[in-house]
Amino acid sequence: MDAVAQWRNQWFDYTHYLRREGFLDDQFAQLKKLQDENSPDFVVEVVSLFFQDSEKLLNNMARALEQNVVDFKQVDACVHQFKGSSAWIGAMRLKNVCINFRNYCEAQNLEGCLGCLQQVRQECLALKNNLENLFRLEQQIVAAGGSIPVME
Amino acid sequence: MESGFSSSSMGFMENVEQPHVLAVDDSDIDRKLIEKLLKNFSCKVTTAENGARALEFLGLGDHPNHCNVSKVNLVITDYCMPGMTGYELLKKIKESSVMKEVPVVIMSSENIPNRISKCLEEGAQMFMLKPIKQSDIKQLRCHLMNCRS
Repeated sequence: MDAVAQWRNQWFDYTHYLRREGFLDDQFAQLKKLQDENSPDFVVEVVSLFFQDSEKLLNNMARALEQNVVDFKQVDACVHQFKGSSAWIGAMRLKNVCINFRNYCEAQNLEGCLGCLQQVRQECLALKNNLENLFRLEQQIVAAGGSIPVME
Repeated sequence: MESGFSSSSMGFMENVEQPHVLAVDDSDIDRKLIEKLLKNFSCKVTTAENGARALEFLGLGDHPNHCNVSKVNLVITDYCMPGMTGYELLKKIKESSVMKEVPVVIMSSENIPNRISKCLEEGAQMFMLKPIKQSDIKQLRCHLMNCRS
């Protein structure tokens, strides 16, 4: 089997794994569809922007939750924004943690919120690693002279 | 990929090769995505990060001017924005004698029936749920051009 075929097989296996484990959903495929010759790095740009923004949002949430009197509305506003961005890139697990997080905000449950914040950080890190792996695989395919399969 | 809009009866969009859309959203990721979605459908896009900037661009701000008025064919705005919400922006546009004919589309990540009906009653052309897909933009085009699928 030639190099391109090997890398492409790995790509299929990896994307199936990511979908199966719920790291990515259909929306990620939608995101990939937006990339074209006019913007060949669109997906990587959006993903980078997402992680930059998430860093800021997570810090804002952490700071808000450290206050003597916690402003749960402010935390909720951050989570709402984070959930929205997660949905755009198809980050299903992150999105679901955000839903729980918002419920705890509404209930003004500090412990629940802190638990969710930790979960969000973990999921974010996992997703970052997964996407870096995926992009690396795609680079290998292109470097071997192949084309990246279309995500269904 | 279809390019441009057809010139068959579309009222105010007649003979518009590249509709100019003003996209308003406080999130930089959302702005980037909506801009790409629209550009992929041959729209010219101007983005604004809040309602005040949007009104300024439309010439409805503190220093009224009409230089951009005839240019904008559609406004698409997020609902939840700090300061001026998308709903408030919609109202201001519909209250203006110069801009009230321009269609306004509201986007939101939350599916709240009250919110949707409130916006439609105020004159919003359409309400779209985020995250927005290419098929949604296609539907938007059809809706604005009254075409049948």
